[in-house]
Amino acid sequence: MASYLVKRAIQSLILLWLVSMIGFAILHLAPGGPLAQFALTPGMTDADLKRMAQQMGLDRPLPIQYLEWAWRLLCGDWGNSYRDSKPVLSIIAGHLGATFELMFASTTIAVLLGSWVGVLGAVRRYSLFDTLATVGAMIALSIPTFWFGLIFIYIFSVTLGWLPAGSRFTIGDGSLLDYALHLIAPSIVLGFVTVAIWSRFMRASMLDVINQDYVRTARAKGLPERVILVKHTIRNAILPMITIAGLQLPTLLSGALVTETVFTWPGMGRLFLDSISYRDYPAVMGILMCSALLVLIGSLLADVLYSVADPRIRLD
Amino acid sequence: MLALPTPHIRRRALLGAAGATLIGAGAQAQTKPPAAPKGQVIVGVSQEPTRFHPLAPAIEVDQGVWWNLFSPLWNVQPDGGYQPVLAREVPSVENGGISADGLLWRIRLRDGIKWHDGTAFTAEDVKFTLQLINNPDFRAASRTGHNLVQDIKVVSATEITWRMSEVYAPYLSRLSWTFIVPKHALEKATDINNAPFINAPIGTGPFKWAERVPGDHITLVANRDYFGDGPYLERLVFKYIPDLTVMYTQLRTGEIDHTSIQGITPDLFEQAKTLKDRVVTKTPAAWIESITPNLGWSFLADKAVREALYLGINKKAFVGAIYYGVPDPTESIYPAQSAFYNPDLPKQDYSPAKANALLDAAGWVRGSDGVRAKGGVRLEFTNSTTAGNQVREQGQQLLVQDWKAIGAAMKINNMPGAVIWGDYWAMSKFQSVMVGVSFGIGADPEVTDRLASTAIPAKGGSGRNTSQYANPAVDALLKEGATTFDFAKRKEIYRKIQSIVRDDLAILPLFQSYSVEGLKKGLVGYAPNINTLSNCWNCGSWYWAA
Repeated sequence: MASYLVKRAIQSLILLWLVSMIGFAILHLAPGGPLAQFALTPGMTDADLKRMAQQMGLDRPLPIQYLEWAWRLLCGDWGNSYRDSKPVLSIIAGHLGATFELMFASTTIAVLLGSWVGVLGAVRRYSLFDTLATVGAMIALSIPTFWFGLIFIYIFSVTLGWLPAGSRFTIGDGSLLDYALHLIAPSIVLGFVTVAIWSRFMRASMLDVINQDYVRTARAKGLPERVILVKHTIRNAILPMITIAGLQLPTLLSGALVTETVFTWPGMGRLFLDSISYRDYPAVMGILMCSALLVLIGSLLADVLYSVADPRIRLD
Repeated sequence: MLALPTPHIRRRALLGAAGATLIGAGAQAQTKPPAAPKGQVIVGVSQEPTRFHPLAPAIEVDQGVWWNLFSPLWNVQPDGGYQPVLAREVPSVENGGISADGLLWRIRLRDGIKWHDGTAFTAEDVKFTLQLINNPDFRAASRTGHNLVQDIKVVSATEITWRMSEVYAPYLSRLSWTFIVPKHALEKATDINNAPFINAPIGTGPFKWAERVPGDHITLVANRDYFGDGPYLERLVFKYIPDLTVMYTQLRTGEIDHTSIQGITPDLFEQAKTLKDRVVTKTPAAWIESITPNLGWSFLADKAVREALYLGINKKAFVGAIYYGVPDPTESIYPAQSAFYNPDLPKQDYSPAKANALLDAAGWVRGSDGVRAKGGVRLEFTNSTTAGNQVREQGQQLLVQDWKAIGAAMKINNMPGAVIWGDYWAMSKFQSVMVGVSFGIGADPEVTDRLASTAIPAKGGSGRNTSQYANPAVDALLKEGATTFDFAKRKEIYRKIQSIVRDDLAILPLFQSYSVEGLKKGLVGYAPNINTLSNCWNCGSWYWAA
């Protein structure tokens, strides 16, 4: 296990270096730049923009800019955001809380509800419930999140007045109940799609397991159906879900752009979009590197957990 | 001797703003502001304010925050007049603030003003501000005008003088947008561009910095030691809502009290007017929406082609169908509310027949596909704007149809904002763009950096004349306008400039922009100001009717 982890760590470092180089090059070679947002600001001239580009070091050769950025990163300095004039890490940290909160809530809904629908759908294959779940999943996957979010707001906020129309909390309130009320709508909307995905994966995985010899053997032994389902079927069907969960880890950081926009949720998705729009190079690179790191950690974690959950798998 | 304008001489009835103010006050016109700051206002903004150093480059929403945190020496009112803020009076020849030759300036400051941290405000802060703008290490937004300031002398804590290296009439206007920063908070900063001040600004304005939740909101609280009237609100919150539909919904549900800057989209204007307990106003903006041709590119340099294209635009349908009739068509580069606006410019005559005749006469012959050509060059060009701006994209579709009728083929080539407004725009790499531009600075009509032949970046100029417009007569008038203080003479000069630019069709003007802004009923003091970049310029005077 230890040698496997060392090998994976070395691979990960090489991958991170490649991601940083490719990301930096694509970002900087794309047309436009961080000063374009001021092009139409009254009172600013082209000379002003050129002067600022020079002051910010944007006129230097790209390899020099990359090496400087990479060296500072190795020294622990992620740079300052052009847009916010704040350290990149503090900006990311400032948005992480909101994203974790939303993603945790929606993932919990998705895992619990999705697994239940998937298991029940597989056990009662081709039943009315299974058919409705299949059709429901297709609808959930087809409905644009933006539209669904706005309809949700229209019904529950504008018409019924039960839930707030957006934001993470009421300015001036911020009680636990206030936070919880604000969380309901975006987590349901976001979870709606994820439930569909999880239920389909879970159903497929269950169907794979349900016809295995050991399940038949358990049933032949006369074990109660509940025990067969919980101990033999679900336990084995859940194995592939570990990989899916591991690969979903980065989404905890990247957030959900559309849901965050509709519900004015100050998370990572919006930060990433805003940073890209403004060509805020240090912020985009910071988010990119964090995401890459999480992808690697997520896949490593999935592999390790897989070997823990399934004794047949050994990591060498 | 130069005749300098008396402050407020340029006062002019601003019907739109006056109407909006009355609506804001409305039935509460009799109410008085509270004795102590009370309540809060949540302003919805579609772009996030992120820059809090008022001398650094910024966008409109940032200026909205600055107006409430900081103070300029004088501000510009909705009617174009100047009102002293930190200064005791607006300098002029009459009051001795500016010498007869326009070169020596003396500013007398109010006494007893304190920064938000309690430190006394003095003339040293004004000197520091002007020097900081010209500091080569500081990323100042603009040095235009400030770079002419020399020999700054602090006479006393409340008086400062300087000399201008040359006469520059628009400097009064420049200073009305120049917010004074605290010397004591910035002079010892090791990195002047990243001082702690930029994330915890200290000003002299009616509100003090409280907190910023990135990506969500900024909270300012009442400055109870403010030297002027107000503030009457306990808290002022700027809430970032990137989607305009969502912002409108939050105005409906009451989660925000005011929609600022881009406000309510034109398609929702009529519906918004019917909302209960909400006041929706159409406020004029200084931005002129146009098709800006690149006059340095191929046949767009030909005035006959531009004239034909202009004749071929169904402006009425454009404004009516795409913008729901909200904005007003214009022929000028200035808003109709400007004292320098020329109302006598010829009105566009939508006439495809005349356009066709003009192109026929100019030798443009229709090909088998209906597109004209001359000397092997097809009458085909691209038009670009910010990708994702759906209203403009619909406008482009309409123009494609309009111009097809006269044998011109317009290809749409839209790009993300960071791309189109980078070198593509600045270095005149476009063929034509659909763009909104504010030509003047505040209430001043100075427009050298947009129209002078020496201001073309693609030809080594330092301005923003990206359409590559060049006309010696305009160059001469611009020079005269920038060095003339006499209001009547300036008015004449800038009216002539508008006439020539309209005649040359340096841009194909479409309309003057209007913003539809909504607010909760009962909010008093809201007064749209076309001369500032944000209508949140006077939140210190806002309050809720009792």
